[in-house]
Amino acid sequence: MWRRKVLESGSKMKIAVTSDGTSLESPMNPRFGRAPYILIVTSEGDLVEVIDNAVNVNAMRGAGIQAAKSLADRGVEILLTGHCGPNAFTALDAAGIKVGSDQSGSVKEVVEKCVAGKVTFADKPNAEPHW
Amino acid sequence: MTKELVIISGKGGTGKTCITASFGYLSKSKVMADCDVDAADLHIILQPRIEEEQEFRGGEKAVIDPYKCVKCGLCVEVCRYEAITEDLTVDGFSCEGCSVCYHVCPEQAITMEESLNGHWFVSESRFGPMVHAALLPGEENSGKLVALVRNQAKALAKRLAKELVVVDGAPGIGCPVISSITGADHVMVVTEPSLSGLHDMQRVIGLIRTFNIPITVVINKFDINIDVSSKIEQWLDQNSVNLGGKIPYDPNVIKSMVMKKTVVESGNGPANDSIRQLWDYMSTHALRMETSHGF
Amino acid sequence: MLNRTGKVSQPMKIAVASGKGGTGKTTVATSLAAALGERAQILDCDVEEPNCHILMSPQISKSEPVSVQVPLVEMEKCDLCGKCGEVCKFSAILTIGKTVLTFPELCHGCGGCMLLCPHKAISDTPRELGVVETGNVGSVEFVQGRIRIGEAMAPPLIKEVVRRVNPEKIAILDAPPGASCPVIHTVKRCDFVIMVTEPTPFGLHDLRIAVEAIRPLGIPMGVVLNRSDIGDGEVGEYCKASSLPLLMEIPFDRKIAEGYSRGDMLIQTNPAFAEKLCELFENISRIVNKGSDTRLATR
Repeated sequence: MWRRKVLESGSKMKIAVTSDGTSLESPMNPRFGRAPYILIVTSEGDLVEVIDNAVNVNAMRGAGIQAAKSLADRGVEILLTGHCGPNAFTALDAAGIKVGSDQSGSVKEVVEKCVAGKVTFADKPNAEPHW
Repeated sequence: MTKELVIISGKGGTGKTCITASFGYLSKSKVMADCDVDAADLHIILQPRIEEEQEFRGGEKAVIDPYKCVKCGLCVEVCRYEAITEDLTVDGFSCEGCSVCYHVCPEQAITMEESLNGHWFVSESRFGPMVHAALLPGEENSGKLVALVRNQAKALAKRLAKELVVVDGAPGIGCPVISSITGADHVMVVTEPSLSGLHDMQRVIGLIRTFNIPITVVINKFDINIDVSSKIEQWLDQNSVNLGGKIPYDPNVIKSMVMKKTVVESGNGPANDSIRQLWDYMSTHALRMETSHGF
Repeated sequence: MLNRTGKVSQPMKIAVASGKGGTGKTTVATSLAAALGERAQILDCDVEEPNCHILMSPQISKSEPVSVQVPLVEMEKCDLCGKCGEVCKFSAILTIGKTVLTFPELCHGCGGCMLLCPHKAISDTPRELGVVETGNVGSVEFVQGRIRIGEAMAPPLIKEVVRRVNPEKIAILDAPPGASCPVIHTVKRCDFVIMVTEPTPFGLHDLRIAVEAIRPLGIPMGVVLNRSDIGDGEVGEYCKASSLPLLMEIPFDRKIAEGYSRGDMLIQTNPAFAEKLCELFENISRIVNKGSDTRLATR
């Protein structure tokens, strides 16, 4: 169903993946708000942007909320990550961004898995409130 | 994967730091972290040699430029923290860094500046690597420095392939404690057999439960009041909270502390025996790790 | 100033602080207030773990919730300009998608979003921080704050407790442990701070930190040494070197520890301390008056 949507709209989807590094081969980072980098990849596997998330890594609180805003501002439609707390989830949901949580592997691997329709999207946060 | 054990107390003075230090001695593969950044004491026993020192800037404070200020007083009106004095200077202590004054000042005479709140350190101690910190006196303990110490300790443990991070947490149930426990693998609560100890333990367990983290309680100096100690055990049982052990009152603990050592180093006395048993329990059951892996 | 029983009854505010937790702050604060009797008011400012009530068993006559004002957005007036989110330093309000989200537990109650919204679309709504309870223990007035479990911000609640100081009484404020913000909010406008500590390396270390934190406030301090005969002499040395008066010593007594564990006050376990604590207060009065005399003399 998701793949059909890509073909119908005729445009590439933007997928965000939380990452330890700056390339498609980098391992995913499990934490949404405090991952060192967030990579924006198209549904065709092209890396279009590397967001340096340092400001949120060091933020007191609200890291997930700010990260969600960054993604919304860039028109991201899907987030692939490990865990996502309730505030971040609320923000992502309000922006219409689908969340694929509990993901792992390299950025490239998880994007391919998503494009192949093998990622189930969460309907609620999978982490307790945290800082 | 490195596990994280956080030791807190609710009430101060229950013996949390002494027990944490003892675990530091008994555990073979770990990084120690002192998150009681307000009144850090672990270093007194561990005697760290500081290898890296960093400044910690935790928030912002408003600064008024007296040359641009026309004394209209609008900033004083809007500040909800009474942080701007009659002579239009910012009381750094009360300023929360909200920036409302900065936005309303018609002369743009106010700037928001990062303030130095404390320092953090990566050290080598008697018991191995240690991350610790100190807030400047009177500063806000927002939990941010606590989170920083924990993150650095976890990163260090990963780099050095250590099995465990042992965290000496903060007293109370507020910001710094919340910051000490979120995401931990296990929290150990050290309490004492007094009505105050029971009351404070109940509150702190109420807090930990909102985060869904496994808990073990230890009753320290339990024989000072066997009745209250039993009351605590009953409450734990009724509320399905695990009791890890009971440590008897032992003057050797203070004697060791005065010599800046842990009681388990001396190897004798009832507290030494109980703490060793407690460590066995925590390392083999509570943290579900095999002691043969030698951590 | 003497009251009808001939005792010194000059109203003042005395904070009892410590640096290190568990040194005997609440032990000293409660017994001091009880010894002073009808002259006194006790205020428990350790809002995270208030313990005075355990030793004193007060009759509580009033319980008031304390709240911080957080934003409530009227979406009909909102045009999603995003100004509120830009202004907020705490990520407590955010314009995202086609809505405005608020995260009340992150809100510090600064009022910025409400003030700066170009469409006046944001109003106030309370978020409860905790409660302030007032009552009495016999003739001693009693006030305590208790923060809601899970609430991160103690200082606004502490301020509410401190606001209830009765200016006609000798107010004894039981401070939280440590030397950071909550302690400073408690001691800020006091006339004297009693530092309770123990003669151990931890006690000394934390005493130094607390003294350093409170010194800039210019409030006179003095030390009460608890469990004074077990440990070492370093706290004593430090007091001498820093010109901190050592006001009283309480030797270690297992009976006192046992009494405390049962919820008994020091003066219940050992009534001789009632007189010692009254003397302590008189010493403190002398120090406080000497200080204000000095200030008058230099004008």
